[in-house]
Amino acid sequence: MHFNIGEKHIFSYTGSRQHQESFKSVVFVHGTGMDHTVWLLPARFFAHHQYNVLAVDLPEHGQSSGPPALTIEEMSDEVIFAMDAARIETASLVGHSMGSLVTLALAARYPDRVRSLSLIGTAVPMAVHKSLLNNAAQNDHAAIDMLTYWGYSKAAQLGGNENPGIWMVGATMRLLEKAKTNVIYNDLRACEQYTDGRNHAEKIQCPTLFILGKKDIMTPSEIGKEMAQIITNSRIELLKGAGHSLMSEQPNDVLDALITIV
Amino acid sequence: MSKTKTFGFDTLTLHAGQRPDPTTGARATPIFQTASFVFKDAEQAASVFNVERAGHVYSRITNPTNAVLEERIAALEGGVGAIATASGQAACHLAIATLMGAGSHIVSSRSIYGGTHNLLEYTLRRFGIETTFVDPRKPAEFCNAIRPETKLLFGETLGNPGLEILNIPEIANIAHEHYLPLMIDSTFTTPYLCRPFDHGADIIFHSATKFLSGHGVVIGGLLVDSGCFDWKASGKFPTLTEPYAGFHDMNFAEEFGPAAFISRARREGARDFGACMSPTTAFQVLQGMETLPLRMRQHVANTRKVVKFLSQHDGVESVSYPELNDHPDNNLAKKLMPNGCGAVFSFNIKGGRAAGQRFIEKVDLLSHLANVGDAKSLVIHPASTTHHRMDSKALQAAGISEGTIRLSIGLEDIDDLLQDIEKGLKASQKT
Repeated sequence: MHFNIGEKHIFSYTGSRQHQESFKSVVFVHGTGMDHTVWLLPARFFAHHQYNVLAVDLPEHGQSSGPPALTIEEMSDEVIFAMDAARIETASLVGHSMGSLVTLALAARYPDRVRSLSLIGTAVPMAVHKSLLNNAAQNDHAAIDMLTYWGYSKAAQLGGNENPGIWMVGATMRLLEKAKTNVIYNDLRACEQYTDGRNHAEKIQCPTLFILGKKDIMTPSEIGKEMAQIITNSRIELLKGAGHSLMSEQPNDVLDALITIV
Repeated sequence: MSKTKTFGFDTLTLHAGQRPDPTTGARATPIFQTASFVFKDAEQAASVFNVERAGHVYSRITNPTNAVLEERIAALEGGVGAIATASGQAACHLAIATLMGAGSHIVSSRSIYGGTHNLLEYTLRRFGIETTFVDPRKPAEFCNAIRPETKLLFGETLGNPGLEILNIPEIANIAHEHYLPLMIDSTFTTPYLCRPFDHGADIIFHSATKFLSGHGVVIGGLLVDSGCFDWKASGKFPTLTEPYAGFHDMNFAEEFGPAAFISRARREGARDFGACMSPTTAFQVLQGMETLPLRMRQHVANTRKVVKFLSQHDGVESVSYPELNDHPDNNLAKKLMPNGCGAVFSFNIKGGRAAGQRFIEKVDLLSHLANVGDAKSLVIHPASTTHHRMDSKALQAAGISEGTIRLSIGLEDIDDLLQDIEKGLKASQKT
């Protein structure tokens, strides 16, 4: 689905389905430098199970144009604009990594628009390694290498994809290589500078699911567990073998967990 | 800049794509010799069919053993994914059929494997796909042959039989300037000697029968997608950028992003053409690939010694190997294949067709057959076998002389190889 919001051209993947007023909606928000394609399986699943799906490409990501949103709060506003354009009043929100911060901020700032919240590979605060940020600032490929390899458990770096024939590390690297200039840096800086995470978490009232990877070194599950203690109506699904790239590493487990809340 | 540590090439040849079997703990890749897979329930079945869940349906489309091999070659080539096929020819056809239909056009190097030449020159023409053949050493010819309906540029890393080294970076630039992908047959070099994606190629295929396996006991192919080509920006590939009625209006570029090409090839081509690899074959290819770096190092070491021996022999007119200073592609070889130019090469024996035949009949250790890339050394005399219907003029046009001998050097003790070759040469020069 393509629509214009102000000067921006925004794309959102809908599972190739038309909007149905009678359906519930689910909104997906991707992580740093990525786009809607990271949600292929769950987006297709819900789109074919009587949900309206909106997997948003944030401004300057994927098929969406800029200018970019430079803070997590601005990104959450962009998701609201996309929901408005798609005629989605309330939705179950699903966010991964940076996208989890965006959905957290959205749920805190626009509680009436959110039915439930799923935070995948999340941490507040979301620390960003100095070396990663420096490389991203220079648009150096080393930043893509770090995001890719740190993003997978050591076992997953060797493959064994549940999705046959796709080399996970290669697919992630190629997707990040398609990110426009400065996008990765802008995203990482937005994550690092997002200081209202705990305040926002305290405001969350909707049912919330944390999907965490036991082997995640970018957003360690222990931090996610601490977050879960702040949100009253929350529970945790801990995927023991997964790193940070949970939708790639254990796609069926992630989907099964989402089905319980979306 | 800090460098992120990851796994090296040798480690990936052993491990990529596979983890110990979760059910049995088997360390080796199990052979899942099954046509189909039991669904948990109707809901799960529908979800896997409709690409909503990961999993296997039917071994013509995916199979767990094949999936290990597919991930492994994708990892070694630096791609996003791969499909294992019944043969290298099947991989080549799958790529072409995924990208184009009747009315399309290909620009190909003219120095390619005979089977591929047949496919492009004769068979695909019958289905409305034309090919223009050009000199692999003249990138401008690739450029000049491009038409509005051109969909693909194609060549081999090492030409056959002249061992022309394809200037992949330059031809990739030409392709991309015209919003076209470049496909490479990388059979002779394997990712150990050359990784075409690193030089700008977009699609690779292999005959896995050859060096990747090394044992010469299977027929198989592999098609690999770099994930780099921007199909949407190109605007020339509706199979990838427009809804596909054959799969519920799936738009592959929109839904799969960098994996669009290999996903369409699987969801359509593997499903409908059906040239799949047997799981047992995939297992056997994997057994070979585990020793790929070791074998390729030894292939190259032995080849260099044989090349040197032949270059200094009185019974030899000329030797064609890109590492030799007088080879036209010597500089390109240093750039694209610093670890060696493979183990297949040709030499011209003094005495023409008759001398060639005497050489073939005298050698014992070298096996006289129509294959390359075996762990055992192989030999063929094109003028008396594969090209025996050609007169000397036709042979010349194909870059072959009556005394041309093609060798595929294996892993035997070098002294034994040289002794066998010396015996053959000695016999060849007796009149």
